Amino acid sequence: MEQTLKTRGETAQIFHHLVRDPLGLVGLAIVSIILLSALFADQIVPYDPVALNIPDRLQGPSLTHLLGTDQLGRDTFSRMLMGGRVALQVALPTIAGAMSLGLLLGMIAGYGPRWLDNLILLFFDTIRSFPTVMFALAVVALVGPSLNTVILVIMATSIPTYGRVVRTLTLSLKSAEFITAEKALGATNSRILGVHILPNVLGPMAVIAAMDIPTIVGLEAGLSFLGMGVKPPTPSWGSLLNDGYSLIRNTPWPIIAGGLPLIITTLGFTFLGEALRDVVDPKLRGRGGKK
Amino acid sequence: MMAAPVLDIQNLSVRYTTERGNLQALRGVNLTIPEKSIVGIVGESGCGKSTLISTIIQLLANNAKITSGDILFKGESLLDKSEKQLRGLRGTEMSMVFQDPMQTHNPVLTIGRQMIDIQYRDPLSKADKRQRAAEMLTLVGIPDANQRLDQFPHEFSGGMRQRIAIAMALMAQPSLLIADEPTTALDATLEVQIIKRLRELQAEIGCSILFISHHLGVIAELCDSVIVMYAGEAIEQGSVRDVFHTPAHPYTRALLQCDPGNIKEKTRNLPTIPGEIPDLVNLSPGCIFQSRCAQTIPQCAVAHPEFHTSKTGHVAACHLLQPEVQAQ
Repeated sequence: MEQTLKTRGETAQIFHHLVRDPLGLVGLAIVSIILLSALFADQIVPYDPVALNIPDRLQGPSLTHLLGTDQLGRDTFSRMLMGGRVALQVALPTIAGAMSLGLLLGMIAGYGPRWLDNLILLFFDTIRSFPTVMFALAVVALVGPSLNTVILVIMATSIPTYGRVVRTLTLSLKSAEFITAEKALGATNSRILGVHILPNVLGPMAVIAAMDIPTIVGLEAGLSFLGMGVKPPTPSWGSLLNDGYSLIRNTPWPIIAGGLPLIITTLGFTFLGEALRDVVDPKLRGRGGKK
Repeated sequence: MMAAPVLDIQNLSVRYTTERGNLQALRGVNLTIPEKSIVGIVGESGCGKSTLISTIIQLLANNAKITSGDILFKGESLLDKSEKQLRGLRGTEMSMVFQDPMQTHNPVLTIGRQMIDIQYRDPLSKADKRQRAAEMLTLVGIPDANQRLDQFPHEFSGGMRQRIAIAMALMAQPSLLIADEPTTALDATLEVQIIKRLRELQAEIGCSILFISHHLGVIAELCDSVIVMYAGEAIEQGSVRDVFHTPAHPYTRALLQCDPGNIKEKTRNLPTIPGEIPDLVNLSPGCIFQSRCAQTIPQCAVAHPEFHTSKTGHVAACHLLQPEVQAQ
């Protein structure tokens, strides 16, 4: 086994161990399905998700309409698929932005001088003192609802989550003996940060990011539910829920179409995050019974 | 005509600013490391060994300050150099091996990546750098170097990791290798192996080694000359032979008596030196060792001893060595 592993790259090794863990395999499968269905939603959808078809409104599930239709006769299944695309359109750039800024600020705070650390912490604490939903509602009320506003607001409020973890990790790594050893070998600050601290921080970051995606998908759904996210008629899981909420006496299907993917997304990314946690640390890799 | 010594420390004093006041961690330490020699520093915990090393590589803690003296590296003062110049020296001209091999490598990068990375100053291709890394591993006695390069630090044993640390430190063929208790965290068998390997490498590369340890046997085995430190002062120095066979300072004598290797009779209790290290914040006048010394004379309480030459020609800071006292 050792021989086969040696020839693999780092990423391949992580993947290899991930699929051998049942939790990781399930998580990875769910996440792949969500990603693929969002990516190829245009090709998969049986109907135009915004096309009205009043005569066929409020139908139950059938072979023609897998999850029925809503009060305007739009195909719920198609709207669910497109909603997934919106959810990831918000979640992925948000995570990417919040993580990069969090990494940058966190490493500077942890490694830089004390006054800079305090300044950045003050910035983090200021942002964290706003409740995300309230803050988002206030901003949307000011500049009007749009996908980009949602992305920017959630990104801004997520930076401290990453930044604080990175800062703490950097602080403890800064005094680690291997960093002193690197300094004694003449490494520059940028080399220590880029080559030695960053790879040590990336693993935990990946885990937090995987766990954080469901939160952000939920936030986007929440804002859309309140009508502060995507604009109608663009479908989102939140607006599906909102439609279904008002139709609850007529048909349960829009609520199921909005709620079920939220649950599955949360489960999938959480499983993946849990499994990643065991895999990103080279020391734990391939240990712990789950072979 | 002799070349300038690799390292020449003159009258070095370092103090730490603490909550209790100024802690005089090093006081007037002199130390010379000639070219291609191995110098040992021996002393109990807290005697200033680690402060001395941090001062040499200029990576002192923030609350430390050099209050007097100078450190000359190949004739040039390290204290005058900019941070950038110092960084240029570290790793190429002087490098270091640390005490705990389990902590000196980045846990998430393979050994190969780390060994290639530290060659960033050389204009070589990645394949060449890898080749050199493998050669260095072979040199320190790690078999299958090429496969081993792709493994992570935790896949190596402690002794192997320390050898890797030595390989990394010697990669750029430095003039001075500082080894801070490199064998303390290893068992006795490995200790012998590492010491042997260090000696061979020193002969091969032609560097000087500053070897810090509290293991007297290791110092005797490896070093040419030795400096005994006590509570921040170098109290006796000379060739290993002179210092260990005819110790001149009462502290050195007591230390040698405590070495388990020198005990002939079966005993339940290992010998110790009674008393404690003096408080380095509130220093009392006179000799630093007087509170624990069995042979004090009235002078010890008032005057700080100068260096005197012993019978064998090495030096120690003790009033008992003055010609007038010896005559009595």
